[in-house]
Amino acid sequence: MTQRLFLPVIAVAMLLFAGAPVLIAWAPYESTMGLVQKIFYFHVPSWVMMFLSAFVCGVGSAIYLFKGRAAADRVAVAAAELAVVFGLIGLVTGPLWARKAWGVWWQWDARLTMALVLWMIFVAYLLLREYGGPGSEKLAAGVALFGMANVPFVYWSVNVWRTIHPTTNVVPTLVPGMRGALWWSLVAFLLLFTAAMMARVRLEGQRAALDQVYRDLDD
Amino acid sequence: MHMRRLMLILTLAIVATCVVASGGDVQAAASSAAQPAQQDEFVPIDELPPGDRLPAAPLLVAAYAFAWLAVFGYLWSIWRRLAKVEQELADVARRAAER
Amino acid sequence: MTRFARVAWLVMRKDLTVEARSRELLLTTLFFAVSTVLVFAFGFVRDGRAVEDAAAGILWIAIAFAGTLALGRTFERERYHDVLHALLLAPVDRPAIYVGKLLGIVALMTTVELVVVPLVALLFQAGLFRYPLHVAALLGLGTTGFAAVGTLFAAMLVRARSRDVLLPVLLYPVTIPVIIAGVRGTAALLQPEADLAMAGAWIGMLVFFDVVFITLSLWTFEPVMTE
Repeated sequence: MTQRLFLPVIAVAMLLFAGAPVLIAWAPYESTMGLVQKIFYFHVPSWVMMFLSAFVCGVGSAIYLFKGRAAADRVAVAAAELAVVFGLIGLVTGPLWARKAWGVWWQWDARLTMALVLWMIFVAYLLLREYGGPGSEKLAAGVALFGMANVPFVYWSVNVWRTIHPTTNVVPTLVPGMRGALWWSLVAFLLLFTAAMMARVRLEGQRAALDQVYRDLDD
Repeated sequence: MHMRRLMLILTLAIVATCVVASGGDVQAAASSAAQPAQQDEFVPIDELPPGDRLPAAPLLVAAYAFAWLAVFGYLWSIWRRLAKVEQELADVARRAAER
Repeated sequence: MTRFARVAWLVMRKDLTVEARSRELLLTTLFFAVSTVLVFAFGFVRDGRAVEDAAAGILWIAIAFAGTLALGRTFERERYHDVLHALLLAPVDRPAIYVGKLLGIVALMTTVELVVVPLVALLFQAGLFRYPLHVAALLGLGTTGFAAVGTLFAAMLVRARSRDVLLPVLLYPVTIPVIIAGVRGTAALLQPEADLAMAGAWIGMLVFFDVVFITLSLWTFEPVMTE
């Protein structure tokens, strides 16, 4: 089922992804920030995708931990990898925008800090799975669960921490022309996420199958 | 076979997107050249002190280039890992059949 | 319930008895915390005085670093003699073992703080004793929250490879709220005009954090520790 769906999904994702720059170029020119504002159309979707991946990873980990379904763990590890990739795009494009809009590469703004912390939790998750040795899937699932529960706390605390030193926020209100390009990019990223998830889950499934074959040969 | 097709589609998509993206950049440059009139509500870029003036285009190009590289690099890495595992699966299955 | 409390108490007493005989963990952790304070003093003291808010930051960094070290060493000791394995085989509630270990770690970290807090107050002319109850609440709740997450992570990492480096890598991002609350709450109390409302807000958040993460740990300990 997923195998048959994969090709159409990746094809449409690629078409949308390829079309995005055209739409973004056509979108109205933002007058305060100028050209650099156009980073926004990839920056925001990549963060949305990171939060979506984080959520999927948390739910998958919880199901794996409490119900013991191996398939849920495969979804969780795929989502964690995607969270790191999309988060990296957000973390790189953000400072490029900030350099022009705020004059600095990085600001300890509440939203930035929270995104960085969440990204680091998923990097830690992957490090644990990679270097933790046998049985680290379960431990990583615990980490993902704790990372999820942590989101509101991090958000609240960095928010209060930053309101002591208020900063101006330069998020533009969107005119309709910009909204179209943003939605286009969002859908492209969402399909890209779906396609990558399918491929990555399949990879994990094939790995499990390979392990099973070796185990059967040993018996 | 499935992977081969995926690779082909990916390659085609990369080529297509490169073409479109280069067109997009020209359009982006054109639109930025055509619309400076809108800026009069705010401080125009050329009235800012020279230290604050930063060329936006390299930042924009860098951001998009990175996003593209990250997405395709990641898809490529999945494809490579998957090909390796499937290769190994086929090998093991063949050896098991020979025994 | 009484059985649960009894198991937790026994596990904690075992840890404290072992520690009281050798004092290895307490002394090494304590001296490590003091060294951390010293190292940070070189970074944040200008013209003979600490820069603004440095005392609060140094105190909490020393606690977090020393706590990580204590967590790692505690479970390393269990690993050598396969004690944790034996505990898990015992016919008792698994969460009770977690609570016992947590209490032991909190006791150890509190002892370290009893030395480090006066030391920081003395070295950085910080008025940590102006509002002793607020400071004690921040320290107690912060230590509990840090140890609640740390005990679970350290316990599950006993089976993992490269656990020494993985523990801080996993622990620090998750305990960021505790560190922020501790540092900002303490800094609010150390200002010339202490901001009690702000300190109260952070104490409230820490209570919430502790409740959520201890509950979550009790749920997670069993599946994570089952092989």
